[in-house]
Amino acid sequence: MSTWLIHPLRGGIHPPDCKTLSNQQPIQRAPLPKQLIVPLLQHIGHITQPVVKVGDYVYKGQLLADSTAPLSAPVHAPSSGTISFIGPQPYPHVSGEMLDAIVIDTDGLDAWCELRPTADFTKLAIPDLLDKIRQAGISGLGGAGFPTSNKLSPRADQPISTLIINGAECEPYITADDVLMRERATELILGIDILAHILQPKNVLIAIEDNKPEAISAMQQAAQARDYHVVKIPTIYPSGGERQLIQILTGQEVRAGQIPAQQGIVCQNIGTVLAVHDAVINGKPLISRITTLTGQALQTPMNVECLIGTPVHELLAFAGLQNEHLSRLVAGGPMMGFTLIDTAAPVIKTSNCFLAATAQELPPPPPTMPCIRCGDCAEVCPANLLPQQLHFYALGNDHEQLEAHNLFDCIECGACAYVCPSSIPLVQYYRAAKADMREQEQKQVKAEHAKERFEFRQERLRLEEERKEAARKERAERLARSKAKQAKKAEQNKSDGNSDSAAAQEEIKRLKIASSMAQVALRKAQKQFDEHGTDELKAQVTQLSAAAEEAKQALHKATSKAEATVPPKQGVTDDELKRLKITASMARVALTKAQKQLEAHGTDELKAQVEQLSKAADEAKQALDKANEKATVSAPQQSSANEVKRLKIAASMARVALTKAQKQLEAHGTDELKAQVEQLSKAADEAKQALTAATARQAADPKPTEKPAKPEPSAAEQALKKAKIEAAMKRAALRKAERAQADASSITALQAELAEAEQHLAKLNQSETADV
Amino acid sequence: MTLPRITSPHATGANRTQRVMLRVMAATVPGILTLCYFFGIGPLLNIALACSFAVLFEALVLRLRKRPVGFFLKDGSVLVTGLLLALALPPYSPWWLITVATGFAVIFGKQLFGGLGQNPFNPAMLGYVVVLVSFPVDMTLWPAAHSIETSAGLQHVFLGQAFPDGWSQATVLDVLKNNNNLTLQELWNNNPAYGLFAGYSSEWVNLAFLLGGLYLLRKKLFSWHAPVGMLIALFIMSLLFWNGSGSDSNGSPLFHLLSGATMLGAFFIVTDPVSSATSVQGRLIFGAGVGVLIYVIRVWGGYPDAVAFAVLLMNLCAPTIDYFTRPRTYGHKAAKRGFKSGE
Repeated sequence: MSTWLIHPLRGGIHPPDCKTLSNQQPIQRAPLPKQLIVPLLQHIGHITQPVVKVGDYVYKGQLLADSTAPLSAPVHAPSSGTISFIGPQPYPHVSGEMLDAIVIDTDGLDAWCELRPTADFTKLAIPDLLDKIRQAGISGLGGAGFPTSNKLSPRADQPISTLIINGAECEPYITADDVLMRERATELILGIDILAHILQPKNVLIAIEDNKPEAISAMQQAAQARDYHVVKIPTIYPSGGERQLIQILTGQEVRAGQIPAQQGIVCQNIGTVLAVHDAVINGKPLISRITTLTGQALQTPMNVECLIGTPVHELLAFAGLQNEHLSRLVAGGPMMGFTLIDTAAPVIKTSNCFLAATAQELPPPPPTMPCIRCGDCAEVCPANLLPQQLHFYALGNDHEQLEAHNLFDCIECGACAYVCPSSIPLVQYYRAAKADMREQEQKQVKAEHAKERFEFRQERLRLEEERKEAARKERAERLARSKAKQAKKAEQNKSDGNSDSAAAQEEIKRLKIASSMAQVALRKAQKQFDEHGTDELKAQVTQLSAAAEEAKQALHKATSKAEATVPPKQGVTDDELKRLKITASMARVALTKAQKQLEAHGTDELKAQVEQLSKAADEAKQALDKANEKATVSAPQQSSANEVKRLKIAASMARVALTKAQKQLEAHGTDELKAQVEQLSKAADEAKQALTAATARQAADPKPTEKPAKPEPSAAEQALKKAKIEAAMKRAALRKAERAQADASSITALQAELAEAEQHLAKLNQSETADV
Repeated sequence: MTLPRITSPHATGANRTQRVMLRVMAATVPGILTLCYFFGIGPLLNIALACSFAVLFEALVLRLRKRPVGFFLKDGSVLVTGLLLALALPPYSPWWLITVATGFAVIFGKQLFGGLGQNPFNPAMLGYVVVLVSFPVDMTLWPAAHSIETSAGLQHVFLGQAFPDGWSQATVLDVLKNNNNLTLQELWNNNPAYGLFAGYSSEWVNLAFLLGGLYLLRKKLFSWHAPVGMLIALFIMSLLFWNGSGSDSNGSPLFHLLSGATMLGAFFIVTDPVSSATSVQGRLIFGAGVGVLIYVIRVWGGYPDAVAFAVLLMNLCAPTIDYFTRPRTYGHKAAKRGFKSGE
């Protein structure tokens, strides 16, 4: 065993260690309590769910609660007995809040459940070993309580070069690890063997502060046959902090925002090593731990091996608590521990010490004086921060400066507050500032989320409006058709219908479809324009104005022709009507586009253009109206079969839209979606009614109708358009989700929806091309 | 029983502001004794007057500011201000001069900025500079060593009677500054008051303050950076510009280190944490700046001694120095420095 070169710790303090108070006698066994309170959360991560119920009898070591979350550790029954209660119970936490726990009325038998010991752990596969450690509910026993199996499963691309066993125990008063190493060195070395077997590190370092000579020699003796380094490190607080210990042992700093495993280092507390040993070798879950009971308010300070769930007051009574001398009860050490206000709280996996202090031991803090910028705090800070600057910025709520001064690198070790001559509770300021900043950040995330939702809603409303516009057009069409029908009926009384008019009607329909298609194209162009510059816009404006001009000319021609051919039954020829419609819709399109541009840019030139275009559009509309009137007057009966078919398609489309919306509602459940669904279901009902009416009419109509020229394309195109809108909407949603870096699952869902929509669209496109 | 809820850390160190101040005052004792050896009760009169006025002014302003008077007087900081000011002023300074100096130091230098810990300038040096520029004649009247009789001194302090001829003399720094016809050898030979290197009284007083300063360093009241920075800078400057001992001599390094208020400044003034830079590196720069400025003002400036001006000028620079000397935080690649960081 060669000597391991150590490095100095930055900063640090030397508070009186007060360790002889509790490490002068061997580990005692605490009496079995009548009731055990086993909290469902004793680690960092997700809370566990009970797998037992009130009234169940449980054996010692039986699983009580587990979680499927990756970052969790199950809890087990520390002794045999009956479960008497599951619910909120006192909990050792800085907040003093209660937490759900399983209460066991012990029966005194302490009867074990069946255990599965392992004779030779090297025969077990690593995943099996890790599973054993997880199933035993082991989380870090040093204080933080990080689930151990997670810590022992580094990523494949991060080979572990150094395993550090943390026996520094730098906090004053605490001696649990000290006595553990003195008394159970052989088991500990076996436990380290298991960890080393799992991680296969190059170096195994067992770090112990030099104020524990007995522990050092015991560990050295036990590790003699191994290639482990028992490293004696200087006594300085906080040498036992993970990042600090790594610096001392390797000279490396764990990079900000990273974990040691990313640099090939894993740290495990010595108490955790014992738990791993018990779990793997004996098959015992983590149901007891060694805890220091210390402080001058106790008659016999000591270390006890106690069951998890033992109420603290029972342990303190066991150690001879003199209530009249107790002024402060600290869970943990005097530097980083928190005060316990309810002694009914139980021992949990992370409880390494209970300090029952008298008023002389831990006097109330003296009154705070103004900071004199002495800089002692900066000198002792192990993170090399500027505590006094942080203090000023925390006082001023200057979050930017706190961030710039790396507040979140503060490990809250309390060294700064310890040395402060002005007794400023610095750590308290930092905690408050951190909490404040986290809250602010959450608020900001929320606000961003709300903004995004709002934007999405705007987008959806826009698309909805477009859809409604299309529906309005359809209705108008239907109205025109029904008018035509009535006109035909009226005409039928006089004479037979004009077959040419039917064709004209079909033409009008086609033209309408063409106009809506043009609108779709226009929208696309506008989107493109939004992305690109003014040059393209200008070109498009010219193009559109040319189209408007064309429309105007066509209109003039058509009107003059129509006026010239007044006498015939059919006032306007099909071709002319078609042209008129096209010109009118073109003019409208050009106008809306120009108006939008005007809104965006507002030049005089554009204004003039808009005026011109609106005039042209009005004229075109008037001409079209006139022509339509004439056409309607002489329109033939609409082919009812055609109508029924169209209605059928419309109804099925509505149903499809409705089911889709319902699905979305189920997935997201916003009020807006609800409204949408209601609207769609209404539309679907209407479509159905219309269809029934039409079928009834068709059945009533004895006269067979001739097949129209092109009935399907209309419905198909409508469907196509709808599908296109649907797909565009999905795309927008996906893009938004991606931009917001939403969680993977929702993005995948959106992608799937988009793919579906696009497939649908492609299918429709195909069928249309086939039709054409 | 109800248990208190207190956040960590629960253990606190023994260091207190009051203790810091008491130690600083204790460390001035060798200097005071030496001064008394040379100048009789003059320094004690200065101290008594300055400290009483300082406490009086502090109490007055604290009362006006509606702050707990007793609580803040107990920290002892105002006594340190009074004491340092008294040591910087010439012994047997008239009472009104001391009143003006302490009044300005305590009221304008400290309390109007918000009291303890808030003052950007060293209050004692501010008070000193105000009387130095306002009453230059009185401020250059340093008594000759072993020359003042107590009764005459008392009359000078309280009744404003002038010193008899020969009782007062220009300081060695002053002489050196104005001398242009004698070599140093001649100067030193002419007058035993010039002592070995830097003036008979001055060198011993400086050594006494050095002793007190070393005690404070040992007690870790402050880090060595600012005083060592200052002394080394002064040493290097005087070595670089040492032009021999002719009549135009700038003075030897030893002369500069042991004359005037060098040691008082190095261990009791630039170590004032409130008005100096905070980071270790920053304090080194702060101290070095003071050392350079002391030399520049002594040799090329208009005043014989320069500690007060140099300290005040560097006080102005302290926040900037802090901006540029932020330490690199654990785990970070580089320190965030400069004015822009954090904006």
